[in-house]
Amino acid sequence: MVDLNSFSLLALWSATALYALALIAFALDLGRRSAEVNDASHAVSSAVAASEARSEVTAEAGGGVAVKTRPAAKKRDDSAPQVTAKRSPSLRSAMALMVLGFLLHVAADVTRGIAAERVPWANLYEFVMTGTMLVVAVFLVVNIKVDLRYLGTFISLLVVSLLCMGTINFYVEVAPLPPALQSAWLVIHVFLATTAMGFLALGCALSVLQLIQARTEARGAAIGDLKLKFMATFPTAHRLENLAYRTVIVGFVLWTFTLIAGSIWAEAAWGRYWGWDTKEVWTFIIWVIYAGYIHARATKGWRGSRAAWLAIIGFGTVIFNFTVVNIFFNGLHSYSGL
Amino acid sequence: MWRQLTSMRTALLLLLLLAIAAIPGSLVPQRSSDPNGVTQYFTEHPDLAPVLDKVQMFDVFTSAWFSAVYILLFLSLIGCVIPRVTHHIGALRARPPRTPIRLSRLSDYSEVTYGADDGVKADAAAAVSSARDLLKKSKYRVELYEAPATRTSPASISVSAERGYLRETGNLVFHSALLLILLVVGIGGGFGYTGQRVVVEGQSFVNVLGDYDSFSPGRFFDPAQLSPYALTLDEFDVTYETENLNAYGQAIDFDAKVTTKTPGGGETDSSIKVNDPLRLGGTDIYLLGNGYAPTITVKDPDGNVVFTDSVPFLPQDPSTLTSVGVVKVPDGLTKQVGMVGFFYPTAYPLESGAYTSTYPGLEYPLLTLNVYTGDLGIDGGVPKSVYALDVDGMKPLTGGDTGVDSIELMPGQSTELPNGLGTIEFVNENPQKGSFAGSVHRFASFDIHSDKTQLGVAIGVVFVLLGLLTSLFVPRRRVWVKAYDNDDGTVRIEYAGLARGEDPGLADAVEGIAYRHGTELGVDRE
Repeated sequence: MVDLNSFSLLALWSATALYALALIAFALDLGRRSAEVNDASHAVSSAVAASEARSEVTAEAGGGVAVKTRPAAKKRDDSAPQVTAKRSPSLRSAMALMVLGFLLHVAADVTRGIAAERVPWANLYEFVMTGTMLVVAVFLVVNIKVDLRYLGTFISLLVVSLLCMGTINFYVEVAPLPPALQSAWLVIHVFLATTAMGFLALGCALSVLQLIQARTEARGAAIGDLKLKFMATFPTAHRLENLAYRTVIVGFVLWTFTLIAGSIWAEAAWGRYWGWDTKEVWTFIIWVIYAGYIHARATKGWRGSRAAWLAIIGFGTVIFNFTVVNIFFNGLHSYSGL
Repeated sequence: MWRQLTSMRTALLLLLLLAIAAIPGSLVPQRSSDPNGVTQYFTEHPDLAPVLDKVQMFDVFTSAWFSAVYILLFLSLIGCVIPRVTHHIGALRARPPRTPIRLSRLSDYSEVTYGADDGVKADAAAAVSSARDLLKKSKYRVELYEAPATRTSPASISVSAERGYLRETGNLVFHSALLLILLVVGIGGGFGYTGQRVVVEGQSFVNVLGDYDSFSPGRFFDPAQLSPYALTLDEFDVTYETENLNAYGQAIDFDAKVTTKTPGGGETDSSIKVNDPLRLGGTDIYLLGNGYAPTITVKDPDGNVVFTDSVPFLPQDPSTLTSVGVVKVPDGLTKQVGMVGFFYPTAYPLESGAYTSTYPGLEYPLLTLNVYTGDLGIDGGVPKSVYALDVDGMKPLTGGDTGVDSIELMPGQSTELPNGLGTIEFVNENPQKGSFAGSVHRFASFDIHSDKTQLGVAIGVVFVLLGLLTSLFVPRRRVWVKAYDNDDGTVRIEYAGLARGEDPGLADAVEGIAYRHGTELGVDRE
């Protein structure tokens, strides 16, 4: 019989390799975007020079790059990027690699589950495997609705690093569930937590871009003078902020469900629904930080960049909770298997 | 001052402060969740620990400073919610506001002119009336307004519509439910209690105060609350993994088979497992620990039994169940005798001569004991732990520097105590040839809780969830449809929307309404 667990590990390494290739392709796409912005800025400057001679010019020149002229009309589309990126082969191959990697990732996850005869998220290695799978799943699914492919570099980098860390440092052989984990709530509670992580990761990526974009916009530099030229092909800070908010609130609701499902389980397993176990403390801290983020959106002086910092710190605590707290903090949630 | 406290900025700062204030609770062991950790911390950091204790670092979540933050936060919340409730009740009764004069100023705005060429026969009044019905059908609250002609604009008729009041309702419900949970926990927690009891196979526990090993009542606890029942641990079954070599010996099932007796209900057989507590007489009984309780009998030199009991030994290593225990024989021998021992379910000798256990099941059980004589310290009336023996001032008779070997016994064996004190037997509870299965009793440690807050918190949580979902995902928006009769018999219609709070779908909604309204008016769609 084929050793399913070995197959799972092989599939996972292959998926990691594909994600790494996707990361390269995403990075190439960023480079290509920068080049396009360069062209566009030349087009604009030549257009400006030309406009001194002629009275009117369309800025459609520059190698087919559409430069958005700032219309004086009242119905300006705030959300559109300054430079619209062309269809990009590297971006499309990056997405294809992500999808292929994801399919292998699912295969790895499912076979690990079959080999263990239970859900594949009962120790830290399996948790990283399933968690990153859901991060990619959320990324791919959200992309069907909103084009967030420009986040690919961030997401693939996050997933590749977590997977390498998980497979190299956290790997454990298949073991049966200890009695404390034999509960339907393992399926619900942990699954909710990992899905929440997927949305919060997207929210964090969007917030980082929002901060960079806001800084660029505040400086008001011409696109030719941008340090990160590709930023000109990304949506405006305002649009990024709205997208970040929408992903974070989904993550926040899932996190609330995680917390509640965890409490119900804790009541059955440990005799109390809340006892300030270290993991509970951090779950609470994360919840409060994101609650702060949502409030910040409605607070004068906090909307915008300060709120974005909260989303980033929030995701930092999520990662901290899933790694450092799991491994180094004593508590009832000591299921890392390490 | 009050105004400052209830401002959004203060609430936000308090929220962030709450997150920061919770962090020490995860860095330093807490008395509430990890009392042993606190004791250990004091031993390991004798200088630092008292300082931390002074600032309540070991009781973070009941500390003055943590309480101050959340009490201020909730005060701020109350101050914020109450005026909003009155305002919202007003809004729920009010009619949608008057249509703005210039809708074109709003961001989601469109206009269209329909005439007979488009298949539309309606005039402004009919068009608006149809828009009103359409909006009403889409769950909007609607109100018609007429505006006479002015210098800048002709006479118009319009419908003003608003929907999504549930967003604010949900928001208020969410915050009130948080408050409810806090109150329930704060007050209801005082009526409950938690207690622990170790029960050895074959022994019973009766739900009275004196029968608990440890007991912590809430502030308003009354012993009369304890519902009368008795619980006998018939058998404690453990299943170990034996096929998967990577996890050999890992416990995969604990099953405490118990018989419970209530005054009216007679006897019932039940089973208590991890994750599967027994709910009995208003209490919840949880299985939180287990181990071995070797049965030890001590006789005086004349053969009279002076001590016999199954003594719970505390597991030191959950994977192999090497356990430590204490036997105290206060009466019957010439001196008080104390013994400190190790129990190895599957003993294996190390090169040093000491033993270790290699498997948690009873494959080769061994009990080793060191004997001390002297004052057990239990005559002074001060309660002493049954799991610890203070050997200061007692005289060691075996092990260490005494030159006398420690006592080593397997189930069924007995031996002489040193100095002719008497004899000791490690009783075999299941004498049968060829196997040690069942030869040593197991014990289960139960946590017995009565928590009066559960129902209230559960209700609060349901409202928290409902409130959260509606307040985040129900869009609150205003929509206006305004119509003008043109001189040439056509009708000009304006559509506009205004978001009240987050509303990413507003543009689509206004567009959709305009389209459906056109269809209602009979616009030909080729």
